[in-house]
Amino acid sequence: MLELEARAEPSRLMAWASPLLAVALMLVGGLAVFAALGKDPVEGFRVFFLNPVKDLYALSELLLKATPLMLCAIGLAIGFRANVWNIGAEGQFMLGAVAATGVALYFGDAESALVLPAMVLAGAAGGAAWAAIPALLRTRFNANEILVSLMLVYVAQLFVSWLVFGPWKDPDGFNFPQTRMFAEAATLPMVIEGTRLHFGFAIALAALVAGYAFINRSHAGFRMRVAGEAADAARYAGFSATRMIWVGLLLGGAAAGLAGMGEVAGPMGQLTDKVGSGYGFAAIIVAFVGRLNAFGILLASLLMALLYIGGEQAQQYLNLPNSISMVFQGMLLFFLLGADVFIHYRLRLRRRGT
Amino acid sequence: MPIPYPPLQPDTAAGPARLVLQGISKAYPTVVANHDIGLVVRAGEIRAILGENGAGKSTLMKIIYGVTRPSSGRMFWEGEEVAVASPAHARSLGIGMVFQHFSLFETLTVVENVALALPGKPALDALARRIVEVSERYGLPVDPRRHIHALSVGERQRVEIIRCLLQDPRLLIMDEPTSVLTPQAVRKLFETLRRLADEGCSILYISHKLDEIRTLCHTATVLRGGKVTGECIPAQETPASMARLMIGKELPRCEHDARQAGSEVRLRLAGLSHAADDPFGTDLRDLHLDVHAGEIVGIAGVSGNGQQELLRVISGEAPLAEKFPVQICGVEAGRLSPGRRRRLGMAFVPEERLGRGAVPTMSLADNALLTAAHNQGMVAAGFLRFGRARAFARRCIDEFDVRCGGTAAAAKALSGGNLQKFIVGREILQAPRLLVCAQPTWGVDVGAAAFIRQRIIDLRNRGCAVLVISEELDELFEICDRIAVIAKGRLSPVRAARDTSIEDIGVWMSGLWPGAEHTAGAPLATETPHA
Ligand SMILES: Nc1ncnc2c1ncn2[C@@H]1O[C@H](COP(=O)(O)OP(=O)(O)OP(=O)(O)O)[C@@H](O)[C@H]1O
Ligand SMILES: [Mg+2]
Repeated sequence: MLELEARAEPSRLMAWASPLLAVALMLVGGLAVFAALGKDPVEGFRVFFLNPVKDLYALSELLLKATPLMLCAIGLAIGFRANVWNIGAEGQFMLGAVAATGVALYFGDAESALVLPAMVLAGAAGGAAWAAIPALLRTRFNANEILVSLMLVYVAQLFVSWLVFGPWKDPDGFNFPQTRMFAEAATLPMVIEGTRLHFGFAIALAALVAGYAFINRSHAGFRMRVAGEAADAARYAGFSATRMIWVGLLLGGAAAGLAGMGEVAGPMGQLTDKVGSGYGFAAIIVAFVGRLNAFGILLASLLMALLYIGGEQAQQYLNLPNSISMVFQGMLLFFLLGADVFIHYRLRLRRRGT
Repeated sequence: MPIPYPPLQPDTAAGPARLVLQGISKAYPTVVANHDIGLVVRAGEIRAILGENGAGKSTLMKIIYGVTRPSSGRMFWEGEEVAVASPAHARSLGIGMVFQHFSLFETLTVVENVALALPGKPALDALARRIVEVSERYGLPVDPRRHIHALSVGERQRVEIIRCLLQDPRLLIMDEPTSVLTPQAVRKLFETLRRLADEGCSILYISHKLDEIRTLCHTATVLRGGKVTGECIPAQETPASMARLMIGKELPRCEHDARQAGSEVRLRLAGLSHAADDPFGTDLRDLHLDVHAGEIVGIAGVSGNGQQELLRVISGEAPLAEKFPVQICGVEAGRLSPGRRRRLGMAFVPEERLGRGAVPTMSLADNALLTAAHNQGMVAAGFLRFGRARAFARRCIDEFDVRCGGTAAAAKALSGGNLQKFIVGREILQAPRLLVCAQPTWGVDVGAAAFIRQRIIDLRNRGCAVLVISEELDELFEICDRIAVIAKGRLSPVRAARDTSIEDIGVWMSGLWPGAEHTAGAPLATETPHA
């Protein structure tokens, strides 16, 4: 009889092996899905997993997709470490995009080198401001930040729609729900010529390094880790819970806002009502698959980007619905949660009756 | 198969072997906690396990109870070889255990916690009545409806014991069950244990209180460095001779000379009143106390009489609405955070060491950062200086003789007494101006307890003000210059320790001190004291 038995202490090996195991199981599951849909699994594998990395351009597209995931996930990880559950990065992402768009539209065609830096600041501030609402409600009225931040996503979506259908609609845009295209000075430069990989990628990498330094090296990060591990010890040591809620939410919001800025000032070049494309939610998965640490998040965001692009490829070449990538994301999370059980438990074969 | 018996014990414990261990070993990466241990426990025997902090006592008990798996060795239960897979398995065999570090669910009530340990799904109402019944019979008062997180450590310990007794075990393992019980509660518990033993229950009993072992236990096994180093009949030994067996040398004594306290007030409670956050907690009412530089003031009392609330108010974990009732080093500190109070020169040893005084999963170096970061210059420009944290943790380990795998060892991997030594060391080595200490020697072995007390006295000799809150009257009389009693949230007058006696303080502990306002006939929240 197979039995789960609690380990004396959590296995470090499994903590690292579990994401790899989850990826492997997802691959196997994916092949089965292709077979079940009547596609050649080998061909499916090639299109889904190899096409996104087949040449420089494909790789640049992969990194482009990974950029907002990285940014959102590293910000979220800081709060998650202290048990501050910001689920609304998606909304903060949109508000960052809105604030950056506001700056771009305000400057219009002005050729100033200050436009982009101002947009970066505005994006971070917009995201942080949106995250400040759950922080305020939590610290003042003890309102659950999970619900508040989540509900604010929908408010943010409606706000964006109102802007692009109303005051910010491009007068020459044939009534499409979108703003004017940004001027040259309000668009992020490219990292690699001839691709769409913009400077936001460098910002995201820098954010990962900063996130690593904050979580692992700074006193503030240490306080947050203590609060997440043992709340009583944090209170005993005098680490302010209120401050941690603010820091966790504001940093998460600012990072998501930056990601939103990168989208409008990068590949989109304008604000549309489709700006929120799920990066903020996917980043929650990325943060956990990446074990809430910077290096893990780097790998996990690349993996998640691969799933997105693989899905698009499968739609294009295999005639499968785009939602196939959601199936893969779901499988990944499912297998990860399953494999994580083995961090704390091991499987044992036991004779009946003992 | 035949089980080789060691020579029979000469006294009462000659029943059939209930539990036999052969060659039990347990190796951890950094230390061999148990090495080739043999042990026989007979029906109706009360056997003590003696040993210094880190000798491997808890590890051995956890192996018997199925919490930890031995690296090698065999275990026989009532003549049959068993491999205990889990605590649930152990309970089904008839083994019960009271843990040194409590294993209660904080967010659940007492009765819910008890229900979880029992097979099936017992009805909570009936179970609550049984708990009240058992707790009254055994002199361990608890209210089954209260939540665990609101209980003091003394009360939690009562819950652990009651939970275990309700399972009608045939082998009862008690890992330091009395470390925070009052003398009266201990006496009642011993009556219970003797009765259980007479009915045939075997008991494995761990304690650092050697006189307890002498009065209770039939036999004793001595562990040192994970090995069995001897056996004895406690009734035929003195506490000093047992201490020698345990630590291999004479027991050090503390030197406490009378001294003139300084005039500077380092801690003043000026009419402190505070309503407890928890509905079952104790409200503090109009407390007045001065602790001067260069003196040790003790507060005695039965756990659950407001000690917890008082400590939280002094430490800043429960800040007040007003500033003046708590004054630290001349500053009105009632509203300051614990961190700000530390910067005024206060250090604090809390009663729970795992989870409050230390983060279980973090290393000792990280745990040094918990309270010593600013005081010891471990932060520069907002970033941590790990080298300094490690160096400070190493100093705590060296100077307080903490037996562990080094500064990288996780706090939860330390034996209970060693973690206590580390935390006390961390607070004392910050050279505080005011030290507030709850149960400073809880679970610490006799040698280390004497050492910690001496370090507290040394600190006072260097001019630090010390407030000690403890339930151990012997300890308070050994180190304190002045003593007060807390009962039902009120504080008695403070007396010079040499002008009073353990008996007087025992009476005061029920709230009956000269001039105390008490309504005649009102039932006391506490056990009545021995008079
Ligand atoms: N999970 C663990 N990982 C590594 N080492 C451990 C672990 N648990 C215990 N140890 C080590 O095993 C040794 C014995 O620990 P144990 O808790 O059995 O001591 P003890 O005799 O109960 O001491 P105390 O009187 O302080 O409670 C100690 O050196 C301790 O550091
Ligand atoms: Mg122990």
